[in-house]
Amino acid sequence: MVGITAYGAYLPRLRLQKQVVADANAWFDSGLTALAKGEKAMCNWDEDAVTMATEAYADCMGRAPGQTPAAFFLASTSLPFADRQHSVIVAEALNLRTEDLRTMDVTSSQRAATSALLSALDVAAAGHGDAVVVASEHRHTKCASREEMLYGDGAAAVAVGKDNVVAELVASFTQAADMIDHYRAEGAVADYGWEERWVRDVGYMGILRRAVASLLEKAGVEAADIAHFILPTDQGRVPGAVAKRLGIPDSAVADNLLQSAGNAGAAQPLMLLAHRLEQAEPGDLILLTGFGQGCDVLLFRATDSIAGKKPEKGVSGHLARGEAETNYNKFQSFNDLLIKDLGKRAETDKTAFLSAMYRNRGLVNSFIGGECTVCHTVQMPKHNYCVNPECGAYNSQEDHPMAGVKGHVATWTADRLTFDFNPPAYFGLVKFDGGGRIMMDMTEVNPETFDTGAEVTVHFRIKQIDSQRGFRKYFWKAVPNQ
Amino acid sequence: MAKGIRDKVVILGAGCSKFGERWECEPADLMAEAFEECIADAGIEKNQIEAAWQSTGIDAFSVGPGAMPLSMALRLPYIPVTRLENYCASGTEAFRAATYAVASGACDIALAMGFEKLKDTGYGGLPQRSRGVSNDMYYPNLSAPGMFAQLAAGYRAKYGTNKQDLKRAMAHVSVKSHANGVKNPKAHLQRAITEEQAMNAPMIAEPIGLFDCCGVSDGAACAIVTTPEIAKSLGKEQLISVKALQLCASNGEEGGFENWDGSYVATTRIAAKRAYEEAGVKNPRKEISMTEVHDCFSVTEMVTMEDLYLSEDGGAVKDVLDGVYDADGEVPCQIDGGLKCFGHPIGASGLRMLYEMYLQLTGRAGERQLSDPKLGLTHNLGGFPHQNVVSVAIIGQYDV
Repeated sequence: MVGITAYGAYLPRLRLQKQVVADANAWFDSGLTALAKGEKAMCNWDEDAVTMATEAYADCMGRAPGQTPAAFFLASTSLPFADRQHSVIVAEALNLRTEDLRTMDVTSSQRAATSALLSALDVAAAGHGDAVVVASEHRHTKCASREEMLYGDGAAAVAVGKDNVVAELVASFTQAADMIDHYRAEGAVADYGWEERWVRDVGYMGILRRAVASLLEKAGVEAADIAHFILPTDQGRVPGAVAKRLGIPDSAVADNLLQSAGNAGAAQPLMLLAHRLEQAEPGDLILLTGFGQGCDVLLFRATDSIAGKKPEKGVSGHLARGEAETNYNKFQSFNDLLIKDLGKRAETDKTAFLSAMYRNRGLVNSFIGGECTVCHTVQMPKHNYCVNPECGAYNSQEDHPMAGVKGHVATWTADRLTFDFNPPAYFGLVKFDGGGRIMMDMTEVNPETFDTGAEVTVHFRIKQIDSQRGFRKYFWKAVPNQ
Repeated sequence: MAKGIRDKVVILGAGCSKFGERWECEPADLMAEAFEECIADAGIEKNQIEAAWQSTGIDAFSVGPGAMPLSMALRLPYIPVTRLENYCASGTEAFRAATYAVASGACDIALAMGFEKLKDTGYGGLPQRSRGVSNDMYYPNLSAPGMFAQLAAGYRAKYGTNKQDLKRAMAHVSVKSHANGVKNPKAHLQRAITEEQAMNAPMIAEPIGLFDCCGVSDGAACAIVTTPEIAKSLGKEQLISVKALQLCASNGEEGGFENWDGSYVATTRIAAKRAYEEAGVKNPRKEISMTEVHDCFSVTEMVTMEDLYLSEDGGAVKDVLDGVYDADGEVPCQIDGGLKCFGHPIGASGLRMLYEMYLQLTGRAGERQLSDPKLGLTHNLGGFPHQNVVSVAIIGQYDV
């Protein structure tokens, strides 16, 4: 049996209130008011498809270092580099065993994640081992667009394998078709789309519906038996309409979360899958579609193990932990939609010294410190000499991954002088449970509740953006467990 | 056990430029201004100087690397000149190098010159700059006030100090220094402020407000040192000698090991202990007449009072508010106005502090003159509370 063995998700904490977007732009396009209900997940300035992918993976698989999937695929259409494999960054941030690890970025289509999932299932079926697919999307939209109202940021993860399957693969089907419902050109900021009615009638009701019908026929399954029908779209009424035409019960239709998270693009299929898996019961048939230049369709059946395997937070947990953001200017600033005066302190040279970065990737990518084999003192960063003054042993330290370790704030400040995209910049000394401490940046801080002693966990975030050279640096930041 | 530097070297002359926004001045102009006062005070000719040390903190924004800036600015007579940089202790480091050179007998008369031209950087505070290729990958997105603000968080956590009480003590530190600066024509800021002003100033880095920060300025300060014997032979009657010169650099233990709580600066305590031992000081609160400490931020000065063993641990808030460190207090601190009023042209600050101690000890501090000071202590702290370089110097009457 091959199928899903675990799942998880991540939504940025910030939730942009759609009403403020409509209020700002309705003078220009009064039609936006009709889309002003609810909220959407938005990346903080230091989040992107890479950082969210690490979170979704961890929600699905935990942060235990040294995990050994045979393959790790990252699906997205908003990866920050055109030529640098992001799945490798994420793999190192998760401390996966990188020896004999197959990595791949799958991109350029809204069905990137379902296509990646099909390949991952092939990896598992071929007996290579388990595979994990993460889909992650930081959506870029233009000011005052329909997309700005409907798109949201987020990531989801699905692990597949042969053992401990919670939803077995029943059948799959793919139709390729160069139907351009929208596209994004190289270097373009945002999508260019065609008329929604055409996309609905020819795309969803045509290509997608026929693909689903083909799959059901192939699998010998009745539409009426589908318990979960996942049709990712930003057209709210489409899933229900397609389901009705196919004879899939209305109760099976998955909510696209358009008023709570927003449509997460290439991550949307796995996001909705993860959401429905939280609710699935043994025996449930789960039909997943991914639409874009054709359609992927995958049919799963939940096993008896489904109830016993839950993500750490999952989609529901992340939906519940949002914080309302009512400042539309922040959203525009974080998404580089404004010509903003960042001040002189933003002008400093931000060259990434790539040879030194590679040398330091244990610390930078994986948050690995050292543990002295003589006195067992944990220290950060790892060093030639033990930091314990009673020890001081030379060359005694072994790698000590710290990414999953809780810490507490010993000292801190909120700095309004240094440049930060989201001032004030919080940083301070974090002491980790079991030893080790480091002066580090903090993010997602609630100033009302934060003080010395606060419990934190560390998360992989953007540290600095070098707009001059098109580079971004990542490092770990402490996030209060509020 | 080495005997230390006590009474082996004396200050033959000292000079200090006007500190401030010296828009019209090149670094060479500032150096010449300080040097002319210094060499006149020393009563020697330029060609009697046998070696010189130049301290500048941020060369890229000032004069570039190497020792030529000093050598060329003063047209020194082809002598050995060395540039020194050791964070905010740079000025004291130049003085230490010159003092050691004389004490070793390698030369008879040496010059220490410190300067910095911060106002050409275009920044309101210290310029935003790299901390090194690898450090930049993981150091927080810091500013100087942000790093020193951590002391307040650590101090509050350790002693349970009320936020408002701490803020008022910090305000008093600044109010006191401003009051002193009013009496100093060489200070950048010569205006009195109130505690309310300081407490209500715009926030820079919680809990450090604008008036908790020292100024940013241009300036130069220097000293010429020699042996007591040579000074006497040159006709100097009142000799001010070096009693102690100590430096302590962090090794990463404070930030990386479990025993530091963020409420104090460990290196200051180590350097202070060594300096007191070198100078033969048993009871600093009674024996030290006055201090010029590294008041980059008010909270730094406050914890430094404990780190120098002038206040008991946890007692600095009360001592500060009780006026112990005011001009008319038990151990006046920043009698010249401090970094608060002089600003912090990095390379110059340590020598500027020594200049004021020298003026006080020789009874030439004008309106600011304290009554009969015997020992003056200077303290520099460069870097961050958890990772830094600290210098502690003590100078005093040679015959005491």
